[in-house]
Amino acid sequence: MTGETILQTKNLGKQYKSRWAVHHLDLEVHRGDVFGFLGPNGAGKSTTIRMLLSLIRPTEGEVFLFGKSLEREREKALMSIGGIVEKPDFYNYLTAHRNLEIVGALNGGISRKRIAEVLDLVGLASRASDKVKTYSHGMKQRLGIAQALLADPEFVILDEPTSGLDPQGMKEIRDLIRHLASDQNKTVMLSSHLLNEVELVANRMAVINRGELVTQGEVSALIEGGEKIVTVKGGPAEKVRSVLSTLGTVGKVVEKGDAFEVTMSFEDVPELARALVREGVDVQALVPRRSLEEYFLSITESGVPEGKESKQ
Amino acid sequence: MIRLVYYELIKTFLKKRTYIGFLLVAVIVPLVEVAMKLEGGRFLQHSLRSLQQDFFFVGNLFNGWFVAHNMMNSLWVHIPLLISFVAGDQLAGEATAGTYRLILVRPVSRTRIFLSKFYTTVIYTIIFVGFLAVLSIGLSLLLLGRGDLIVLGRGILVLPESDVAWRFLVGYILAAWAMLTIASLSFFFSSFVENAIGPIISTMGVNMVFLLVTVIPLELFQDIKPYLFTNYMNVWLKIFEDPVPWDSVWTSSAVLGAYSLAFVFAAWLIFRRKDILT
Repeated sequence: MTGETILQTKNLGKQYKSRWAVHHLDLEVHRGDVFGFLGPNGAGKSTTIRMLLSLIRPTEGEVFLFGKSLEREREKALMSIGGIVEKPDFYNYLTAHRNLEIVGALNGGISRKRIAEVLDLVGLASRASDKVKTYSHGMKQRLGIAQALLADPEFVILDEPTSGLDPQGMKEIRDLIRHLASDQNKTVMLSSHLLNEVELVANRMAVINRGELVTQGEVSALIEGGEKIVTVKGGPAEKVRSVLSTLGTVGKVVEKGDAFEVTMSFEDVPELARALVREGVDVQALVPRRSLEEYFLSITESGVPEGKESKQ
Repeated sequence: MIRLVYYELIKTFLKKRTYIGFLLVAVIVPLVEVAMKLEGGRFLQHSLRSLQQDFFFVGNLFNGWFVAHNMMNSLWVHIPLLISFVAGDQLAGEATAGTYRLILVRPVSRTRIFLSKFYTTVIYTIIFVGFLAVLSIGLSLLLLGRGDLIVLGRGILVLPESDVAWRFLVGYILAAWAMLTIASLSFFFSSFVENAIGPIISTMGVNMVFLLVTVIPLELFQDIKPYLFTNYMNVWLKIFEDPVPWDSVWTSSAVLGAYSLAFVFAAWLIFRRKDILT
């Protein structure tokens, strides 16, 4: 089920000198989505999010929020959005409460009650009157989420909300995102460079690499669908080859060193195992892999962050 | 808008750097004035030595008004430096702290945020110049007493005490006006960099170079001078001439105002389209 389109980018692009940090990007986020925006470091995620929140001006293309053009109706478009961009920074010499008051003033004024509410939601109520400079990274991250939620927006954009947190902190943030989506009916977009993290919370996602969209759709369809690859290791090689060529369930076979990468459905793996053993192959490994995961591993391992996009 | 300015004032006046200027003025003004008192009238006597042979001066000319008037010379270089600490930080400070990302994603136009920051700079400048005025005049009158004001300029002018107080008032209002030009220049530099050091150094650099060109009596410089705002900054000194050259005061004030507007307008052009990368 998909609802109304809340965010749409059309042919969005940002050029720095001769390099396109983001190019030809078409994203669509629907009401009720937890939308994962996945890509390795330097893929253009933050540049995209900065464009969505009007911090930087696209070189080409357009952003529509709630059907309103960010270029032409900026204030209306930003009315129901909250977000964090990269690491959460605040006026460190002011208290958390004061920081939220300042943010609230820019949202047309927010009551003290609401400030207390969001601080409570992210578990910072007891530290509200401490200066932000005394906060740990995890606490700043949570205060970042608090400021994003302050004006009770319908759409929340979180840029790498779990980066730099310990596993417990990451879990807390994930739980909070689920709570926002299911109990508070918010639409959430979160960027991440971890497929696993997106898989855990998101229902839809887009994958971006080197500034361009790789794929976009339902998380389950993208992960479960598509090709599945089984890596076969064992010998002697001729016997493996003959088994693979006789088996009807086997698709494409690619030899990589002493391993065979076989395109096939996972249900047929036991049959392959039996056939290999029957023919006297010494099987060392049979590793099933999903192609998206495979693909993502390959781009995150080789995806070299370049220039502007690298995180400090 | 009032709410935005209110929070900008909170941000500015809860920041330590805002008090550097106040602190330095609060230390240096008393220091200089106490030294003046201890020094006695020697400083003035030295300037007047040749004249004392021909003229007879009535009363004590080395008084509070005289010292307060001399303290106004800090408005050329020292006060501009202290003002640029705050004005140069208004926009660049947000970039350094990364807090542009906090405030520029809100449903408020950049123009409104820009204006609230500029108004805050104006308020700071006025308060700061006011502080200098009250402290330097108040303390010098307290320490050195009152009397007629002797103005050492191209010639020597003695203004009767009854004719002095209003000149200080108007003089400091004009000084604040001139300092707003400095603040606007600093604000302009602040709009396109990510760190306040640049605007502070640039403001001081421009101010010093322009001042030198303005005061060095070289033929070559005469043609440039009318285009430099420093050429009009002496407007506060004109108030201590007799009669006051009002035409020239108005012209200078108008030129300074035009410069301020131009700097702020240029800053706005840059700020409204600026890509926030910090």
